[in-house]
Amino acid sequence: MTAARSERQTVAQPGEAVEIAPGVHWIGVLDPTLRSFDIILRTANGTTYNAYLVRGSESVAVIDTVKAGFAEEFFARLESVARYDEIRVIVLNHLEPDHTGALPELMRRAPRARLYISTRATTMLKALLKPKGDERPFEYETVGTGDEVSLGDRTLRFLHTPFLHWPDTQCTYLVEDGVLFSGDVFGCHHCDNRLFNDLCGDFRFAFDYYYAHIMRPFKTYVMDAIKLIEPLKLKLIAPTHGPILRDRPRRSLTRYRELSSASFSERIDNDERSLIVFYMSAYGNTARMAEAICAGAEEAPGVRVSLYDLEGGELQPFVDLIESADALALGSPTINGDAVKPIWDLLSSLAVIDLKGKLGAAFGSYGWTGEAVRMIEDRLRGLKLRVPVPGLRVKLIPTDEELDACRDFGRALAGAIVSGERGKVIDFADLG
Amino acid sequence: MAKAKITFTDIDQTVNVPAGTRVIEVSEKIGAGIIYGCREGDCGTCMMHVEEGWNNLTEPSVLEEKVLRENMASRHDRLACQAQILGDCRVKPA
Ligand SMILES: Cc1cc2nc3c(=O)[nH]c(=O)nc-3n(C[C@H](O)[C@H](O)[C@H](O)COP(=O)(O)O)c2cc1C
Ligand code: FES
Ligand SMILES: [Fe+2]
Ligand SMILES: [Fe+2]
Repeated sequence: MTAARSERQTVAQPGEAVEIAPGVHWIGVLDPTLRSFDIILRTANGTTYNAYLVRGSESVAVIDTVKAGFAEEFFARLESVARYDEIRVIVLNHLEPDHTGALPELMRRAPRARLYISTRATTMLKALLKPKGDERPFEYETVGTGDEVSLGDRTLRFLHTPFLHWPDTQCTYLVEDGVLFSGDVFGCHHCDNRLFNDLCGDFRFAFDYYYAHIMRPFKTYVMDAIKLIEPLKLKLIAPTHGPILRDRPRRSLTRYRELSSASFSERIDNDERSLIVFYMSAYGNTARMAEAICAGAEEAPGVRVSLYDLEGGELQPFVDLIESADALALGSPTINGDAVKPIWDLLSSLAVIDLKGKLGAAFGSYGWTGEAVRMIEDRLRGLKLRVPVPGLRVKLIPTDEELDACRDFGRALAGAIVSGERGKVIDFADLG
Repeated sequence: MAKAKITFTDIDQTVNVPAGTRVIEVSEKIGAGIIYGCREGDCGTCMMHVEEGWNNLTEPSVLEEKVLRENMASRHDRLACQAQILGDCRVKPA
C-alpha cells in the first residue's frame, strides 16, 4: 500500500461519525449480515444505510436516516458530532423504510428541525409515517429543483429526480463543497467499513447489479436526472447505500449513462421496426403457428421479425432483446389450464425494463379448453403493453386454413406495428 | 360523434378519441408513461402535465383541485384519471 493511500485509510468505528468532507460526516450504519434486500436483490456481503450530517455556521442538517432496527447506532454516530438542538434541517431524499426507519425518533429528539421532502413525497410520507395515538402528523416543506436551504455559510440545493426508483426520490447538493447526496442513485449493496470507493473491495459488479434491478425500469428518468447532475461541480457523491464515491465521482455518471442506453443499439436498422416471436411447443403445433405468423409478418416492409424457441435460451438475453424491440408475440400451448412456466418466467422478468409503447400478442395450440392465450393477453395488458390483434388459438394440429389465419395474424400485427409508429395517429377503436 | 386528438408526448403517439373519453382510458391502452394508483381521483399518482390544449379538458372538480394542491401540482397539471378529453391536447407524466 502506498503511503498516500494508508494516510487516507479510514475504518468506520462504532459510535463514531466519519468525516467525508470538511464539516460533512457519514453517520450511517453497516448491515453486513443481510443476504437479500427488498426481496428482489441478493446481497453477498450485506449493505449499508448511509446517512449524513452537514454542519453550517448557523445550523446543522441531517440528510436521510437508516432502517429502523439500526437507529441506535445511527444516533450514536450522530451524537459524536452534533447536539440534537443544533439540527434545524432534515432532508429525506427517498422515503423507503430503509432510509426513514429512524425518522420518527429523530424528529422527537430534534424538535427544532424542519423536514424537507420532494413534491411527490407528501402522500407517501402520510402513508409511511402514520402518527400513533395523539401524535401530531409531521410538518414538512416540499422542495423542487433549484430550491435552497441555507445553513449559514453553506447551502443545500435540491434536484427533483423522480422515479429513481420511487416517485418521491430527489437528490440534495451541497453547493459550496460540490457534494451530491444522491439517495439510492449511484448506490449499491456493498458493505465495507472502509467506506470510500478508493479503499473498498472491488464492488463494480454490485454497482451494475443494483442499477439493473433498481434503476433499469426507469432509464428515461435516469437520463433526465443525469442532465440535472452533469453541470454540477462534483467533488464527491454520497449515496444512501454502499461506498462513498470520492475517487473520480464522475465515472459513476458515465457508467449510468452507459447502462441507460439500450442493451442493443436502439434499432437494428434506423427505419426498421422489430417484432420478436417466442414460443414453447411440446408436439410442434404452437411452433408451426409461430412460423406461419412470422411468415405473414415478414411481408410487411419495414418490420424485421425474429423467431425464438424459449426452450433453447436463457432469459436474460431475451429480456435485453425485448427491451429494444417494438413488439413481442408469445406462443404457448395450454397445459393443465395454463400457459407453460417458461412463458410466465419470461413475463415476470420484464419488470426490469421499460415496456412503454410496445405491442404484445399471444397465440397457441390447445386440446379442449385453451386458456393459455387469454391468460397471456391479460398479463401483457397488465404489463401495460398494447394488444392490438386478438389472440389466436388453434385446436390441436393446425390445418392449412388455420395456418393461413396465422399468416393473417402476423400481417395484422405487423400492420399495427407500422401504423403505431411514432407520430402517426391511431384511432381509439383500434387500440384493442 | 365529435372527435379529438390526444398526444402522449413521452411515447410520441397520438390517438383520435371520441370527445368525453377520460385520459386514463387512452393512456392505459396505448401504454403511455402516466402511472395510476387509486384510479378515482384521490391519490394524485396519475398527475400529468398538459403541454397544450389545457382548455380542451373538462374543468377539474373541487376534489381534484384539492388533490392537485396537496400534491404541489404546478400550473397545467391535471389528474389523468379524472380529466376528460373535449378537444386536441398534448400531455405527459408530471
Ligand atoms: C424495489 C421496489 C419497487 C417498488 N415498486 C412499486 C410499484 O411499482 N408500485 C407500488 O405500488 N409499490 C411499489 N413498491 C412499494 C411496496 O409495494 C411497498 O413498500 C409495500 O408496502 C411493501 O410491502 P411489504 O412490507 O409487504 O414488503 C416498491 C417497493 C420496492 C422496494
Ligand atoms: S390514480 Fe389516484 S388520483 Fe388518479
Ligand atoms: Fe429505495
Ligand atoms: Fe435504499
